[in-house]
Amino acid sequence: MMILSYLLILLMIIGALAAVLFENLLNSIISLGLISLIAAALMFILKAPDVAMTEAIIGAGLTTSIFIFTLIKINRGDSQ
Amino acid sequence: MRFRDYLSLFLVIILGFIIFQAFDGTIDNGLNIKQFGEVNLSERTSIHYINKDVNNESTQIIYNESKNPESGSANYVTSIIANYRALDTLGEITVLFIAAAGLAFVLGDHNKNNAFASDASFIVKIGVKILFPLLFLLGIYIIIHGHLTPGGGFQGGAVIATAILLKFLAYKDYKLNHTGLTILESFAGISFLIIGLIGLYTDGSFLTNFLANGTIGTLFSAGVIPIIYILIGIKVGAELSGIISNLINA
Amino acid sequence: MAFLNQWAYIGGSIILILIGLFGVLTRRNLIKIVVSIGIMDTGVNLLLVSLGYINGGLAPILTATNPTNNLNFVDPLPQALVLTAIVIGVAILALALSIVIKIYENNNTLQIDEIRGLKL
Repeated sequence: MMILSYLLILLMIIGALAAVLFENLLNSIISLGLISLIAAALMFILKAPDVAMTEAIIGAGLTTSIFIFTLIKINRGDSQ
Repeated sequence: MRFRDYLSLFLVIILGFIIFQAFDGTIDNGLNIKQFGEVNLSERTSIHYINKDVNNESTQIIYNESKNPESGSANYVTSIIANYRALDTLGEITVLFIAAAGLAFVLGDHNKNNAFASDASFIVKIGVKILFPLLFLLGIYIIIHGHLTPGGGFQGGAVIATAILLKFLAYKDYKLNHTGLTILESFAGISFLIIGLIGLYTDGSFLTNFLANGTIGTLFSAGVIPIIYILIGIKVGAELSGIISNLINA
Repeated sequence: MAFLNQWAYIGGSIILILIGLFGVLTRRNLIKIVVSIGIMDTGVNLLLVSLGYINGGLAPILTATNPTNNLNFVDPLPQALVLTAIVIGVAILALALSIVIKIYENNNTLQIDEIRGLKL
């Protein structure tokens, strides 16, 4: 269990670097969703099931979709 | 990378060094932060929340047996959010309301165009038709059982907003009734305030628990906590759905 | 291993906050800046929750298997604060993104050094 959580933290930091350094906006938004999902798993390991639920629903679900809707708005403006 | 980037990297590393010093539990830096996992709960305020003895009435709490404890929720996080620190929660949902109102103000309520050019495929539409009532039901379940299991108004409201997001993804012409949303939201906020004022009138302090607590661990227990959490669930669900609807139809 | 035990969660979340701060300071694209703010948000939440953890602690809920208040529960107070902070966070991000949409409609660009009035 401990090794698993260390690997998850390492993956989360790599995802954060990817989200900041990627040039493509869609890639960095997906990385942000990945970070939130891993954070939800870590909070479950830290015995916080309430927070893990909230982070999984809101961080990984709603935030990603809100970002993608913004991207859709902006790309459609490009084509017009 | 330009000079400015290297300067930012340097500043961030210096700041990180300072923050790491602050959270080092092995040295005495005057902040009294313990090492990870070695917190002594009896030195913290939370021990009173766990023993339910904020008013100095120390009793043993036993699941499914104790009657009328100080705060009747089996989930300690819920008892902090909706009872001990309910005033904080009132402030938080006010911030949420202001953010949602600011978004509607910035984007404008024109409903001028949809985000998607066409409906989703047949399979997605049928899937959403099956999933939508189930997700809505799951949200209501999470809200109602907030004082017994993990979950509550914030999580359940977010699940309901996700169900509505699925509708938006499947049908390009799906519209929410914004007037209805506003009425629901205002009803929830005003009822929250009225419950607080009733507590002020009967027991002398704002948002205090004025109903009987019942046996800890049963569905009809915990006094005003389930009522407050249902109101929070309505408010969070309406506001997050409004945010999604405004962003899609901007 | 003892070093990892002590620093994995706290250090990891502080590194997450610092990566987000670096992104806010150096990125040129407005959406990338909002993504960096989201990373900082997640880092702060994880840091607060990990400050309340107790070795071998139980999730702070009374159930049929953990029936009394004398057991070794983790600290519920940071969890309650983080729970509301996450919901506020998504509303703030949505507000920021709506402002980004309006800026794009007015200036037709997302690069902050091409926006009129923000040029250094």
